[in-house]
Amino acid sequence: MANLKVPVGQADHVVGEVDAPVTLVEYGDYECPHCGHAHPIVQVVQKHFGKQLRFVFRNFPLTQIHPRAEMAAETAEFAGAKGRFWEMHDAIFENQSRLSPAFLLQLAGKIGLPSDDLEAALEGHEFRPRIKDDFMGGVRSGVNGTPTFFINGERYEGSWEFEDLVEAIEEQLPQKAERRRAS
Amino acid sequence: MGPILAPGNVAPDFTLPVTPDQSLSLRDLRGRPVVLAFYPADWSPVCGDQMSLYNEIHPEFQKYKAEVIGISVDGPWCHAAFSKDRRLHFPLLSDFEPKGAVAKAYGVYREKEGVCERALFVIDEDGVIFWSYCSPIAVNPGADGILEALENLQKARQGHGQPESARRAS
Repeated sequence: MANLKVPVGQADHVVGEVDAPVTLVEYGDYECPHCGHAHPIVQVVQKHFGKQLRFVFRNFPLTQIHPRAEMAAETAEFAGAKGRFWEMHDAIFENQSRLSPAFLLQLAGKIGLPSDDLEAALEGHEFRPRIKDDFMGGVRSGVNGTPTFFINGERYEGSWEFEDLVEAIEEQLPQKAERRRAS
Repeated sequence: MGPILAPGNVAPDFTLPVTPDQSLSLRDLRGRPVVLAFYPADWSPVCGDQMSLYNEIHPEFQKYKAEVIGISVDGPWCHAAFSKDRRLHFPLLSDFEPKGAVAKAYGVYREKEGVCERALFVIDEDGVIFWSYCSPIAVNPGADGILEALENLQKARQGHGQPESARRAS
């Protein structure tokens, strides 16, 4: 069983409370169609669990098969450095089929970030080291493709359809029994 | 078929086609670690399949001066197309004729399906198996085990070298 080797920390992009009983970590690639498929599902899962769930996204771009994945990840990280990671993250996944450099710059503008700065950051690959760190941490944790999810630190081997993810997360909830009775 | 060859065994030598008109022998790679990755088939329908993952991590393997080699029973033309499509930076060998002979020698052939297991070997500079692992057929084993083995191999070599040089120094 593969375990998360890099604990969730300050550098991570996190939605949710530190004391949430369940942490879901996704290693993803912005150009991967499976990640694109999982994206809205993860959003609904987050809504479903509310404060019970903390969600973390880490980069795992397979750049040799997805030539635009790295640039998209750098764009998300650029937005992240300005405190706007999740807006960009969502916008990229929602426009997965159009990830040209021009389009990414346009997205930055739409979100209200200076596209000139993004252009410079992309040109200088300012955020590449961070993405590489995410990637290698993923490799060490046994990430074997995208998306790979970890639920409370353990690699999740099941499908990432809504019902299956919900079930796997519920397993980790301490009040699982009470919740069942209440519903 | 016997079980997967364990560490300590000499890695059986082989010569297999690496392109339609070239072949590669294991013994040609003596002097550097070799990662042998057996896998069932080209064209598995997922992103981030095993070979694409190793391709992405290829620079890390190179830090250990390791040669990465994929092996399946697919023919060399199939490998050529697959390799081009996935832009692979390491060779794929065809265990094609006699089918699966090398996989059998390593104890990683699935008779029923006629394909290789998802099995990994790290072979040391002298051609001895240092680490091996057989993954459930449906589970991409990732690369963490390989990297750990390469790291341990490097440590073992350094550990070996140090007392020697220390003795010489004293």
